[in-house]
Amino acid sequence: MRATRLIMGMPIAVEIIDANAAAHVESIFTFFEEVDVRFSTYKTDSEISKINRGEIAADDYSHEMREIFTLAEKTKRETQGFFDIRRPDGTIDPSGIVKGWAIQKAAEMLLQRGVEHFFLDVGGDIQSHGLNEEDEEWTVGIRSPFVLSQLVKVLIPHAQGVATSGTYIRGQHIYNPRAPDRTIDDIVSLTVIGPNVLEADRYATAAFAMGRDGISFVESLPGFEGYMIDRNGIATMTTGFQKYTV
Amino acid sequence: MKKFLLSFFVFFASAGYVLSLSWGGGASAAPNPLAAETTPTAPTTDTPVPVTTFNPTPVPITPTPTLSHTPAPKPKGQYTDGTYIGSQADAYYGIVQVQAVIHNGAIAAVNVLSYPNDRRTSQYINSQAVPLLQREAIQVQSADVSGVSGASDTSAAFRESLASALAQAK
Repeated sequence: MRATRLIMGMPIAVEIIDANAAAHVESIFTFFEEVDVRFSTYKTDSEISKINRGEIAADDYSHEMREIFTLAEKTKRETQGFFDIRRPDGTIDPSGIVKGWAIQKAAEMLLQRGVEHFFLDVGGDIQSHGLNEEDEEWTVGIRSPFVLSQLVKVLIPHAQGVATSGTYIRGQHIYNPRAPDRTIDDIVSLTVIGPNVLEADRYATAAFAMGRDGISFVESLPGFEGYMIDRNGIATMTTGFQKYTV
Repeated sequence: MKKFLLSFFVFFASAGYVLSLSWGGGASAAPNPLAAETTPTAPTTDTPVPVTTFNPTPVPITPTPTLSHTPAPKPKGQYTDGTYIGSQADAYYGIVQVQAVIHNGAIAAVNVLSYPNDRRTSQYINSQAVPLLQREAIQVQSADVSGVSGASDTSAAFRESLASALAQAK
């Protein structure tokens, strides 16, 4: 059974192959709705908005909020402060980490319930497990950054997580103010395959921020592969990437 | 002064990140990931697509890149003329902040004041032995797939900062 819903401002597609698929699909959507209600900085009555207004004492934070804060704190420590959910104005915006965390959490929930065959696609970040309803491997396309209806690669993730970072803003020109005629950053899309979707998401974002050298960063990470596309349509891949391509 | 502070923050943040990389930190990476994986290897030849090698050259450290952007058409007269600075939106590994210039009631320019590009980290990566990575021209694939992976994060931060700039212009 496959269903798609718009939650957290993005399409969430859930496909589950199981005798109780409908109930599992519904519980996954309910989970993402709870995540949205709790973590959305756009909702004034969300827990995070209340925390930012000082209306909830630290002792009264929900279990989920503590988990996100712990994960964010761990990441901050690991990156020596480079990653921080605290904004310069003092408020907290955990949205950068909540998406990957939520998909990973949903996948763990399904596995705990004995669901072996599922596909979770949240705004283009994907965690799959097992086989599809034809008893074949799940497949993931990499979207063309130039024509959004086209694919430029087809992957078999083998239960790994897949996340893409990039920008599809049309007509943008990024240039160096001191040398306006020279393009300094021409990477438009970077896809990372990693041990799970949370890790793939974290590293896709980090590597994309590094520009053209991001793919070398992915190459340096054991257990991660990547596919980077520049504005000229030239892709660069890590040495183990092709073991995931069709 | 604001830019200086931002540069200061980015410098220390990235210096810290480099440190964390050098002792093998960085989320769940195994200790010393670079040593094991960066031995140069020849590109494989069993691929049907044209193959070239890729060895990035160090990029000079640059100040905040600027991005100008042709905005989507908006009804004329929707905004008040002026220059508005958007909120600092977290794009996860950096801050996105844009400035919207409104002229004749429409968006004349969107300048990026801050964008998550960390050149110091890049330089560190470049100082390591860089493997020869395979390249290819992308080709459209037609296939039935279970799902499609695409970007959303950085552009989301961009939209967030722009929305806050435009809210001030109303």
